[in-house]
Amino acid sequence: MSLRDVVRRATPRGLRPRKPTSPCTAQRFSPQWQRWSSISQRPGSDHVHFPGAVNSKFTTTLDYERPSEKPAMPTYRYMDQDGAIVDKNREPIDISDEEAIKMYKDMLTVSIMDLIMFDAQRQGRLSFYMVSAGEEGIAVGSAAALNPSDVIFAQYRETGVFQQRGFSLDEFMSQLFANCKDYGQGRNMPVHYGSRKHNIHTISSPLATQIPHAAGAAYALKLQAAQNPNEEPRIVACYFGEGAASEGDFHAALNIAATRNCPVVFICRNNGYAISTPTLEQYRGDGIASRGVGYGIETIRVDGNDIFAVHEVTKEARRRALDGGGKPILIEAMSYRVSHHSTSDDSFAYRAKVEVEDWKRRDNPITRLRKHLESKGAWNEDKEKEARSSIRKDVLAAFNRAEKEKRPALRNMMEGVYAELTEEQEAQIRQLRDIIERYPDEYDVSEFEGGLDGLGVK
Amino acid sequence: MPSPPRPFLRALLGRTTPTLTNNNRIRPYSTAPSNARLNVPLDFATTPLLCHTPKQALSHPDLPSTLRSTSKTSRLNLFQAVNAALSHALSTDERVLLFGEDVAFGGVFRCSMNLSSQFGSDRVFNTPLSEQGIVGFAIGAAAEGMRPVAEIQFADYVYPAFDQLVNEAAKMRFRSGVWADGKEGLTSMACGGLVVRMPSGGVGHGALYHSQSPESLFTHVPGLRVVMPRSPLQAKGLLLAAIECPDPVIFMEPKILYRAAVEHVPNDAYTIPLSAAEILKPGSDVTVVSYGTPLYTCSAAISAAEKDLDISCELIDLRTVYPWDRKTVLDSIKKTGRAVVVHESMVNAGVGAEVAATIQEGAFLRLEAPVQRVAGWSTHVGLMYEKFNLPDVARVYDAIKKTVEY
Repeated sequence: MSLRDVVRRATPRGLRPRKPTSPCTAQRFSPQWQRWSSISQRPGSDHVHFPGAVNSKFTTTLDYERPSEKPAMPTYRYMDQDGAIVDKNREPIDISDEEAIKMYKDMLTVSIMDLIMFDAQRQGRLSFYMVSAGEEGIAVGSAAALNPSDVIFAQYRETGVFQQRGFSLDEFMSQLFANCKDYGQGRNMPVHYGSRKHNIHTISSPLATQIPHAAGAAYALKLQAAQNPNEEPRIVACYFGEGAASEGDFHAALNIAATRNCPVVFICRNNGYAISTPTLEQYRGDGIASRGVGYGIETIRVDGNDIFAVHEVTKEARRRALDGGGKPILIEAMSYRVSHHSTSDDSFAYRAKVEVEDWKRRDNPITRLRKHLESKGAWNEDKEKEARSSIRKDVLAAFNRAEKEKRPALRNMMEGVYAELTEEQEAQIRQLRDIIERYPDEYDVSEFEGGLDGLGVK
Repeated sequence: MPSPPRPFLRALLGRTTPTLTNNNRIRPYSTAPSNARLNVPLDFATTPLLCHTPKQALSHPDLPSTLRSTSKTSRLNLFQAVNAALSHALSTDERVLLFGEDVAFGGVFRCSMNLSSQFGSDRVFNTPLSEQGIVGFAIGAAAEGMRPVAEIQFADYVYPAFDQLVNEAAKMRFRSGVWADGKEGLTSMACGGLVVRMPSGGVGHGALYHSQSPESLFTHVPGLRVVMPRSPLQAKGLLLAAIECPDPVIFMEPKILYRAAVEHVPNDAYTIPLSAAEILKPGSDVTVVSYGTPLYTCSAAISAAEKDLDISCELIDLRTVYPWDRKTVLDSIKKTGRAVVVHESMVNAGVGAEVAATIQEGAFLRLEAPVQRVAGWSTHVGLMYEKFNLPDVARVYDAIKKTVEY
């Protein structure tokens, strides 16, 4: 089955594009959808002409739509679990071995860094960590299909997106150790990365809040592209989990993105668990994908352990998102959360260890790509060993550099709330300095850049 | 959602990477100043705020006298005391329901451990991940006669439910008029019995989204009762009172105390009245008013100040921060003439502002010094800065000193 067949055509057929009124911008900017020219009922019509459902036929059969009787949306894949191409007749995917090896090494880097940082958290060297095990393929594969100028909003299990975009090991480590080189200035919990240089907005812990941002940001990019014809059209990619999709923000975001024709690709990582809550207690519909259809959004479901399939659907989603003036696309990438939710979680309290081991053994995006590359002769055991050892060395070197750095200056506690410190905050900083000076034994400021002077007041 | 590390898990899963241990210097992410006298880790094993013996627990004045003579006690931490209260409510009142994210397996802080298996998944269950859904659902169930206890996983995540709490829960009694109270056998149309529980406050490494203490956002809303217990014994009695209460209650549980605070708690059920403050320690020179975790900070600061300055301090736990016990506080200030108000959340428009304004209105002529507020600064809780941001023993000590030396 081709990718094109799998994409649900969710645009209601009754919606007709209106002819552009202003030829200079409308062509590029927006095909306006017009619902209905008049809400009056035409005599003898076999269609509903209420404004809320313009193309619905009348029926005399009393029947309810039963979701349970509909087939589940199919899951697109390119490789099987052994890394073999499923459809031998199809054209091979347009990714060179070199590119594939880069994707492989990106996944490997995330996976090696995860193990090291998980242990470092257990040693009390950082307060918190979240690993991506089992989901590296979704992050790396999708990010590799975007343009570097595309804007990304992520949740917190997309380390692979940062890695793919060139966020360096030093940048990761500085954030994780909250040192003076951390872009977040020591304010955020570990793994809450962010970088304008890489066009990835800073992670915030509350779930789903970034999804409406993505719609709004996509609208901004669309307007900017229309206002400046020299600007290359860009999209927004937005990541979230299937649990977050229960939040009101998810629904608000998809609906507004659809109505405003926003060039945004929503990428749901469906990993089966929201902390302890399995998907059966999260929703009863056909995954998250079925909701996209409900909002009139073109949607596809993909095997998240198949990095090539993830790459291919994201690339096509990007093309569609910019097509005809812009529209949202929903990708539901299926995977299994091999890891605990975070270092604060022991998932064996709510799922069997054997279930996790099964998944680890049976299927995993890293081993699948490795098998594929090995079968093509592009990878082997020696290369694997060498790659693992050099990545590990690089991670540990960055780790050691970052851990030695000072903490950011103390004034970062107060700065950044407003563009300028308020008069009240300045008074509070003076109060704090006064307390620390009068009770010097009660505070240790030596770890912070500039010590007490880092507060910035005399 | 990320949640702060739990010490027991750290012990449980203490794997190490050999390369990491070979490192010559391990820098822990958090340290205490080595020569500190005041800002030392709180000693929950000796604090006078916890009942270290059955006798102390059973002599608590809020307990009914029958219970005092017959009940046994158990040493419980705060999450176990919450669990005990929920278990009692579920077993004695079939209207009681318990739900929220990850509640079924025991909750991320273990407050609902074993309750789903004991009382069935019809009454104790997981919800989809939607705070507005959880609270709205709870309001509806309460409005049709149930007593739902809804859990928000962290107070930091209550905001999607803000509309439901402010515009619905708080106003339901008012707008339903004569139908507000069940009469002539009809079900009440208010949402009494609704309790929204949420872990709140700092733990040292929670940063922006696992540290917040948003009580003052709710104390600004007439119609909501806002409660914050300081200890296991208090939590059990206040939670049972909240579930019985005819008004909706926001019940904020200081999450650092879930494991840290352990005390003897009566095994029998009891309630502790809402909107009643408690004088934890009588004194004559200065009144320290607080609630929740900072009470332990205050207690440590008071010990040091009394020793150093030869003064006597009164310590008051508000327990319910709205509607609050103005009389107990004003009577105390009229006696001492000096007040220090302490809370964790930021000082601007916080509970301390309301308490301080009430004191100057109600006891102006008795005041010997301006009311001092010690609270979080007007900023967010940045990961590395928490110990400089939230009130510590030195700041409370200094405020007491300044007030008596004014």
